[in-house]
Amino acid sequence: MVRTEFHIAGVHFKNRVLAASGTFGYGDECTDLVDVQRLGGIVTKSLSLKPRDGNPPPRIVETSGGMLNSIGLANIGVHRFIAEKLPRLRALDITVVANIAASSVDEYCAVLDLLEEAGGAHAYEINVSCPNVKEGGLNFGTDCAMTAGITRRLRARTRKPLILKLTPNVAQISTFARAVQDEGADAVSVINTLIGMAIDIRTRKPLLSTVTGGLSGPAIKPVALAKVYETARSVHIPVIGIGGISTPSDAIEFFLAGATAVQVGTANFIDPAAGVHVAEGIATWCTTQGIDDVGKLVGTLDTQGGVSVLESWL
Amino acid sequence: MLHILARVLHVTSVAPNVYVLAFHAPDLAAAVRPGQFVNILTGDSLQPLLRRPFSVYRTEGDAVEVIFQRVGKGTAALSLAQPGGFLDIIGPLGAGFHLDDPRYQTAVLIGGGLGVAPLPIATAALQKAGKRVVTLLGARTAGQLVETHLENVHVATDDGTRGLHGTVVDLAAQYLPVGAHEDARLFGCGPTPMLRALAEFARTRALECEVSLEGQMACGIGICQGCPVELTGQLRTYALMCKDGPVFNTRDIVI
Repeated sequence: MVRTEFHIAGVHFKNRVLAASGTFGYGDECTDLVDVQRLGGIVTKSLSLKPRDGNPPPRIVETSGGMLNSIGLANIGVHRFIAEKLPRLRALDITVVANIAASSVDEYCAVLDLLEEAGGAHAYEINVSCPNVKEGGLNFGTDCAMTAGITRRLRARTRKPLILKLTPNVAQISTFARAVQDEGADAVSVINTLIGMAIDIRTRKPLLSTVTGGLSGPAIKPVALAKVYETARSVHIPVIGIGGISTPSDAIEFFLAGATAVQVGTANFIDPAAGVHVAEGIATWCTTQGIDDVGKLVGTLDTQGGVSVLESWL
Repeated sequence: MLHILARVLHVTSVAPNVYVLAFHAPDLAAAVRPGQFVNILTGDSLQPLLRRPFSVYRTEGDAVEVIFQRVGKGTAALSLAQPGGFLDIIGPLGAGFHLDDPRYQTAVLIGGGLGVAPLPIATAALQKAGKRVVTLLGARTAGQLVETHLENVHVATDDGTRGLHGTVVDLAAQYLPVGAHEDARLFGCGPTPMLRALAEFARTRALECEVSLEGQMACGIGICQGCPVELTGQLRTYALMCKDGPVFNTRDIVI
């Protein structure tokens, strides 16, 4: 039996594969198609203080090996989440990470306070890096002092694990990771989407209503892997790897690069059971390799003495 | 909602570049309602990455059929699907037409181009419900009309090669003169400009009208929030095409 569980700041996760925010709803939409209790955890759609309608259509466009989105944080708001979704999540044997998005520091605090009071969320992931919402000219996630400040304010309000989800759209992501670690963050999620765009050459118009959006899917995996590698070498808190993971081997690459756990995102849109397949495939692979704990893979990339030549590229 | 590997029965060309794909899916065939759709993974590579949504065209016994025009990567791959091979399909999805409302007698089915897609399955359900069915079809040219498994068909073509020389909404105006057919209800599917014209026609004639929308989706099951449809005068600004639709009453949405 391969050991798959792990902990972040004392909170238990059954395995190292979580459903990423915004790609699994509030955890109760896909129960026809997948037993969500076989996931390591669910990260909810970003929650804001008030419901948000989101951006006008078109909000998504497929690109080579990926997709661009400009959802604009459409969500039911924290009050409805607490009233309607939390009771259903509590009934499940699953670790719930509530993702919080906001357009002011006070709003982050208010949402967190409401969730603390309600109970039921085991940890918080703070979205400081949505590329599609730019209220008040602020884009917290690309301002290191602001990101650190949000962490400090939230740290003072909860003892539950605080995970900061970082954007790759900065010069050096590890600087941000160190800053939030210094303010008491328990983990970082790396990466949120990359800013991208697509154009219809016939009409010379953008294919997203907001012109630019967030790129996700297999296309971004190499970028995400490099960001995880950079971050994991710079901090001692856990790094949760995100970006284009659709298969067990994708996830294992992230573990080797230094991720303590991973999140499966865009792959859920193609198959809501993708995360479960990844989690179970990791365990199977470990069995075949004689590895008794998935955690033993973390950060074991061998950079000494040459590189590997891919045998199967033909 | 089912997630199945369905055996391909046949892919048949029914008009230039237009195909009917049939697959064996007994549970899906039993569950699907007119206007609902299936989300098909068209290949196992990363290109195209996402599933493609198709209205269910028809069911026959254990078989489910979709109809499509080869317009891009996804439909190109589907047109080459081999009988005996398997397709990864999620469905039935979305909310369909409200066909069994007792407050109307005549269902006027209106399809523009490949908007014919949900009309045969709707026809079968309407016949079972004892409704009178009239079908108005529009196409660019006569060769693009797909008229099988329908009832009481009238046609319009953009180039005048068959039926009325004009649009299917022009045909509706001719077929439904003011004051007649007040017991009729309209059910439409087709390109957005056609649906916009149809909604306006229904509004001026004070007829109830439901339309099936087409658009890009990522997940098809309401989790990605990627397919908003603008609502008129509601508390919410948007509904989701995949979950709240793809069928909407034209009164409720901005087309």
